[in-house]
Parts: sequence; C-alpha cells; structure tokens
Amino acid sequence: MLQYWVILVVSFCYLGILFAIAYYGDKRAEAGRSIISNPYVYTLSIAVYCTAWTFYGSVGRSATTGAGFLPIYLGPTLMAALWWFVLRKIIRIAKVHRLTSIADFIASRYARDPLVGEIVTIISVAGILPYISLQLKAVSTSFIVLHTFQSPSHIMPPTGSIWSDTALYVALLMAVFAILFGTRHIDASERHEGIVAAIAFESVVKLIAFGVAGIFICFYLFAGPSELVYDAVQSPQLSKLMKLETLPGGYASWFTLTFLSMMAILFLPRQFHILVVENVNEEHVKTASWLFPLYLLAINLFVLPISLAGLILFQGWSVDPDTYLLTVPLYADQQLIALFVFLGGLSAATGMVIVATIALSTMICNDLVMPVLLRIRYFQLRDLRDVLLAIRRGSILGILLLGYAYFRFIGESYALVTIGLVSFAAAAQFAPVILIGIYWRRASRRGAIAGLLAGFAVWIYTLLLPSFAISGWISTSILDSGPFGFKFLEPYHLFGLDMFDPITHSVFWSMLANVGFLVGVSLFDRQNAMERLQATLFVDVFRHGSIDTRQWSGTTTVSELKDLVARFMGFNHANKAFAEYAAKHNIASLNDVQADANLVSFAERKLSGAIGSASARVMISSVVKGEEISIEEVMNILDEASQLIEYSHRIEEKSRELENATEKLRAANKRLQELDRLKDEFLSTVTHELRTPLTSVRSFSEILRDNPSLDMKERQKFLDIIVKESERLTRLINQVLDFAKIESKSAVWTRDSVDLNKVIMEAVSSISQLFQENSIKLKKVVPDESIFVMADRDRLIQVVINLLSNAVKFCEPGIGRVTVRLSASAGNARVEVQDNGPGIHPDEQELIFEKFHQLKGLHDEKPRGSGLGLTISHRIIKHHGGNIWVESKPGEGAKFIFELALTDTSQSS
Amino acid sequence: MAESKRQNERLIVLLIIGFIALNYPLLSLFSKVKLVFGIPVLYLYIFTVWSVFIGCMAVILEKKSSSSLMNHLPKSEKSE
Repeated sequence: MLQYWVILVVSFCYLGILFAIAYYGDKRAEAGRSIISNPYVYTLSIAVYCTAWTFYGSVGRSATTGAGFLPIYLGPTLMAALWWFVLRKIIRIAKVHRLTSIADFIASRYARDPLVGEIVTIISVAGILPYISLQLKAVSTSFIVLHTFQSPSHIMPPTGSIWSDTALYVALLMAVFAILFGTRHIDASERHEGIVAAIAFESVVKLIAFGVAGIFICFYLFAGPSELVYDAVQSPQLSKLMKLETLPGGYASWFTLTFLSMMAILFLPRQFHILVVENVNEEHVKTASWLFPLYLLAINLFVLPISLAGLILFQGWSVDPDTYLLTVPLYADQQLIALFVFLGGLSAATGMVIVATIALSTMICNDLVMPVLLRIRYFQLRDLRDVLLAIRRGSILGILLLGYAYFRFIGESYALVTIGLVSFAAAAQFAPVILIGIYWRRASRRGAIAGLLAGFAVWIYTLLLPSFAISGWISTSILDSGPFGFKFLEPYHLFGLDMFDPITHSVFWSMLANVGFLVGVSLFDRQNAMERLQATLFVDVFRHGSIDTRQWSGTTTVSELKDLVARFMGFNHANKAFAEYAAKHNIASLNDVQADANLVSFAERKLSGAIGSASARVMISSVVKGEEISIEEVMNILDEASQLIEYSHRIEEKSRELENATEKLRAANKRLQELDRLKDEFLSTVTHELRTPLTSVRSFSEILRDNPSLDMKERQKFLDIIVKESERLTRLINQVLDFAKIESKSAVWTRDSVDLNKVIMEAVSSISQLFQENSIKLKKVVPDESIFVMADRDRLIQVVINLLSNAVKFCEPGIGRVTVRLSASAGNARVEVQDNGPGIHPDEQELIFEKFHQLKGLHDEKPRGSGLGLTISHRIIKHHGGNIWVESKPGEGAKFIFELALTDTSQSS
Repeated sequence: MAESKRQNERLIVLLIIGFIALNYPLLSLFSKVKLVFGIPVLYLYIFTVWSVFIGCMAVILEKKSSSSLMNHLPKSEKSE
C-alpha cells in the first residue's frame, strides 16, 4: 500500500519529464536538428500500439485464455511484412497531398468529398471512445490497486460518486496534458516532433517496466520461468492454459483477432497518425518493419509467466487477473517495483490517449467543424487561428469526457480486452476504402460512402448496441429474442449465424457489408472527372508524384494569399513560409506581385495541412478570382505528363539497347581481329612446319642426284631419311586437313557403341613400333570386362595414338616408361596416359591444347610434332561431350586424362 | 525497380507463410500440454515462428549489397 501523495508526486514528476522531452524535441525541430529523424525513434513511437491494454490486459487475458492474448501482436507482425509497399505508398500519397489524418486521406481519395471525411470522423470518434475509456479505466484501477491493495483477500472498493472517482481526474489530467502537448500551435504539416519524442520515451519506459516486473516475478519470486511452468503443469486448471481449447470462439476467433490487429496497426487513427503523418522519412519504414515486431515480441515474453505466477499465488482468492502485474509485486511487498510498473502503465495509457485525442481532434476540427464554419459568412473574414485552437482544445476535452462517460456507464461491465476489440472492429472499417482505394482506380465515391456506412451500421448493431444492452441501458431481451421479437435479427446471431463469438460474428458481417457495398456500387457507378483525377493521383502516386497538378488559373495577389494563410496559421508563420517559398524559387520579393498558379497551390497545400484539404479548397477559391481550371484540363495535363514520362522511359530504353548493341559489335570486331591474327599465325606455322621436312627431302635428294658414287650404305641411309621425312610430311598434311575439317565442322562423325578396351589395344598395337624404336617401355592397365562408350571409333583411336606418341616424344630413350590406364567409375570411362618425362610447367598446362603450341625450353632441336595433335584430341573429346586435361608437376612426368560418359549397356554390365 | 518487385514478392510470400504457420490447422498440432526445454510446446512454437519471421523480414529488407548488385543484372541478361 502506497500513500496517495507518493503516487501523485511520482506521477507528476514523470509527466513533467515527458513534457520536458516534448519541449526539447520541439525546440530541436525548430532549430532544424530533429531528434526523431531516425528509424529507431520511429519504431518506438509506433509502439504506441501497446496501450494500457497490453500492459495490464494481456496478463489478464492470458490468465483466462492462455495463448489468447497473442493474436493481437502476431497480426501487426504479419502486417509489417506489407509495410514496405503498402505503408510506403500511403505515406507517399499523404506527403504529396499534405494529408494530415485518416479522414483527410479517405476523403481526398474519394473526390475530396467532405461527406466522406465526416463519415470517417464519426466512425473514428464512435470507435475510439471505448478505447479511450479503457485507458482511463486502466489508469484509475491501477491507481486504486496501488493505493489500497493489502492482501489477496482484499476486495476493491466500489466506485463512489463522480466527484470521488479517480478516473474523472485522470481524464481531466490527460485532457490538460494532451492540450498542452498537441495544440500549442497550428502547424502546416500537423507534425508534432516533441510528442513523437515523448511517445518514444514512453515506449522505452513501458518495455523496461514490464521487463523488470517479469524478471522480478520469474527469478526472485520463483526459481525461473521453467519452475513456474512446471508448477502450472501439475494443476489441471492451469495446464489448460498451455492449449488453445480455452480460447473462447476457438480458432475462428484466433483468426479474427489476427485479422483485426493486422488492420488496426495501420488504420486505427492514432496508428495512422504516427505511421503516416509523423513519418519523417519513408526509408524508416524499412527498419521499423522488423524492429517493431521485435519490440512486440519482447514485451510479450513475460506475459505467460506473470499470469501463471498470479494464478498460483492467488489460488482461491478473487484477484482480478488484469491487476496481476501490480498485485504480485505488492503481495511480495515490493512497492518500488509496483510503483515502476504503475509508471509503465501510465506511459502506455498517456501515450495512447495523447496521440488518439490529437488525431481525433484534428479530424473533428478539419473534417467536421471547419467545413460548416467556413460556410458561415462571419467566420470567412476573421482571424481563425484562435478559433481553430479552441475547436481542437474543446474537442480533446470533449473526447476525454465522453470516454469517461463510456467508462462510467458501460465500461465497468466489460473486461479490458473486449472493449479494445470493439474499437479494433471499428478501425477495420477503414481498411477496404483505403486498401482497395489505393490500388483500384474504379473504387468510387458513392461506393466508399455506401461501404463505410454499411460496415459502420453493422458494427453498431452487432457490437455497440449489445454493449448498451449488457450495461442495462436498453432491455437485454434484444440479445435473446431479437428486436421486436424478430429472432433472425438477434445482434449476436444475425440471420441465425451462431457459430462465432460476438467479435468474429460482427467482423464477418461488417466486412462483408463494407467490401460488398464498396465493390458492388463502384462496379455500377460512373465516376465524375474529379473522382477519376483523385483516383489516378492516388493509385499512380509513384508515377505522378512529381507532376504538378495545379488547378488554379485565376488571379490573386501575393498579399491576399498571405493574409489568408496568416488567418489560420498566424502572421509570423505565414511570413516564414512565404519567405521560404521565395528563397526556394529564386524570387527576390513576393510583395504586391500577382501570385502565379504555383504559389496558389503552395498556399493551398499549406492550408490543407492546417484545416484539411476540403476546407483549404473552399478558402482558396474565396480569394482567387477567375476560373478554376476544369478538372478535365487537369486530367489532360496529367495524361500529357505521364505520356512524356512514358516517352522518356522508352527513349532511355532505346539508348540502353543501342549501347548494348555497340558493345556487342565492339566485342565481335575484337574477336574477328583475333581470329584473323590466329589464321595468319596458323598459315605461317603450317608453312614453316611443311618447309622443314621438304627441305631435308630436297637436300638429300640433291645429294643422291649429284653424287652417283655414293656407296649403297650411304645411299640407303639417305633414302631412309627421305622416306621418313615424306612420311612426316604426309602425317602433317593429314593432320592439317583433319583439323581444318573439325574446325569447319564439316567432318563426318560416326557414333557407335565402342569398346574402349579394344580402342586402346588397337592404338597400342599400331604405335608399338615407335616405342620399340625409342626403346621406351609401354605398360597397359586395362580391366577385363569391356567398357562401352558412344563414340566415333577411329577418332578415339586417333586420340589415344596422339597421346601415346606425345608421351614418347617427351621420354628419354632407354629409361622412358609410359603407362596407359583404363577405368570406369560413376558413369564415366577414364583413360590415362602417363609418362616419366620432364613434366609440364603449370603455366603451360592450359596452353598445350592450343594450336601449334610447342613446349618451350625443353628441347632445342627441331620440333617433334605438328603441334596439332593435342589440339585435335581436345576437339575430338569435346565433340563427344567428354573432358580432357593434363596433370603434371615439373620433373615428375605428365599424365594426360580424358573422360567420356559410359553407355547404359556397360553401366549395367 | 525489378529488384524492389522481387523484394515485394518475397515479403508477400513471407506474409502468407507466416499467416498459415500461425493459424488453424498448423497451430492445433501444438495445442497440447507438453514441455520442451521447460517451455510449453505451443508457446515455444509461436515464439520460434515469430522470431524466424522477424529475422527473415530483416534479411529481406536490409540486404543492401546484393540489391545494388542485382540492379545491374537485368542489363547483362538483355545483352545476351
């Protein structure tokens, strides 16, 4: 039990800190050094999603339904996957059109129709009131618990008269706080950097508070979460919480909650405000998409252990599970921790209330009150800045008092979670008009109005009305037997649908009505020009974003415009804005000049930030004389501009293609030159190769002719040389012809099943003479069975002969040893020819298969081959789809290897 | 543009997988009183899927080096 004054002093100190942070944030923003312009603050500010409901209600829900609290956090996690392309598009649209609330956004999409904005505002207010009352309830309950809790047997005092009700004072305090924070001045962009900073700070506080309570309960009161879980499993009552069967409504409810929270994270007015309006940089969405789910995960880690702890400690007593987070530390006499938890809850509640009331007051002011006020002559000419602020402050106070009323008369009979879900279901009504609206051009104004109204009506009938009945405002007979005895109209079982819990039931019918009317009406509707224009601007925002769609051709003076802006934003503000505009567009002075269309639309955007796009339009048209450009003309401008963009895209494409073609041509040319060079080289090498044997044939023939006296022995020797050299010549010419054939691809290839064993045998026998002459030993290692490959037999023999004669060339006569080895493995036949010659340097191993490559530095004598043998072998093996390579180390001989795919017959044998 | 499209496709597939993994009927497989590492198997499953989902999202969104590399790829594909 804590004294009143302790709690109050701590709370006020805390609120003071918040205010200081907000003040500092605003100051920094004015100085142009934003403290919120980073993805982390953005992420933390999104965590305004976690309200007092998360803080106290999750534990309460977990205590009764086990995992039932999780879909509320899984939904946003899943939805975050879509942020990068859905949310980014929404942000871009809102930035381009200066939209400052969800009502403004939807109204602007549907032909800037004020009626749409009004409907959205009304749905928002009706839907969010329960949520705000929920926060009041949470704060006042936690305050009372902190003040009065003594033991588990203690029973909470009943709420007394209004004047002794803490919730009323909480509501008033929050109203003051929100007014101080949110309506200090009217800003064109409707951004509140200071508040975002404060909200981010609150998010840190609530996470830490929850974590501290969790760690304390798990590790100090119990010996860790596993002990808690173990205790719980022993009890049949608690072990049920490990399963999903305790979830009311079962898996359908789980699905609905996931869906609702997916929509809520984007379309609750306060989430829209934080995510879209307060966004500084689209890129921040990227980090927030995964960091925010991480925050949710972290804040939910201790929910189950805490609720189990509460259930175990307070077994047999009636302690409200929603208060476990406070009562468990209090029970253990840890008042400091309880106080910290209270601050966390206060953070959660104030954060939500501030942002929600600011968002709602902006909507009420811009979309509900201003359109009406501006029609009244009296207001058209006055300085409206004070009026604007008064409306906003009044609506903040009004919202909170209404929230209090809801809490006082209805909220008591509900648990925290149910109230929150009613609000979620209301926010989900915005999902179809936005999601369909930003992707489907044909979604029309009438469709949107019909969809919104239908969804809203179903929501009222199936969720709000029953809540009135339950709290005794109207007869409960409507729940049991339907209105006027029409059984099929029962609010919880519409048309006899009785398989769902109330929330799922309501979401199903309202979404069906909403989407059905939106799509159905749109399909049969004819859009007018304004609708088509806005739809195009929204759907194609990434294409048209930079296109100027000014819609004013009339004339007005700069000073008139400036006066108009000043009436809403204050003289200093307007001066500054216009000076900035002049600086940006290099205009020396803006005084008494005719305002051009650009300046008019600039002023309109400024105004629409402050009073909403619909009102801004009305105001601008009051000072601009002359005709407004017709919307058809704007559409034409848009079309022309997008055509231009299209053209420039196409030109870019063409020039890229040209560049590519040039690149290809250059490469082809280079290749041609290379081939030409190779051909020359080939010719000169071949002629050189041919000349050597020819020369020796000729010179020996001349010797024989000129010296008839030569003895037989000499004569014989010379003739032998002549024969040998002519043989070499023939061989060379044959090889060149062969090579030319293979190269020109005119060679005829046969393809049979060939036994490699026999191929090697034949090759060896035809070359054995050469081995004997050079006295080099040839060893043959072949398996007994046949190895079949699909190949051209003669060419394969040629390859083996080439490799063998190549080996002979590099072996020292007398000590030379050559081994030919055949093996088969893994679908491949492998032939190796190994010698013990000088080996091949690694640098040369790649080159030796090239034309006329002859090993350098080994022998100075005349070349020993055409230089074509290996090249031809290489081509042949490649032609058969095989592989040929060499393995060698200098000084240790060389091993030539080729592999060919086995045919099936040899594989099976 | 092509790369951001790929990124979007990946994110949508991730969302679908996540939605299936965290709903009936897959969820019902883990709805039983059983402890793994001292954690109820239902919670272990949900929190694991949750963490993996976040991890995947971070990888998809924050992958910078490859996205700049990918931007050049379509050009070279065309030239072939």
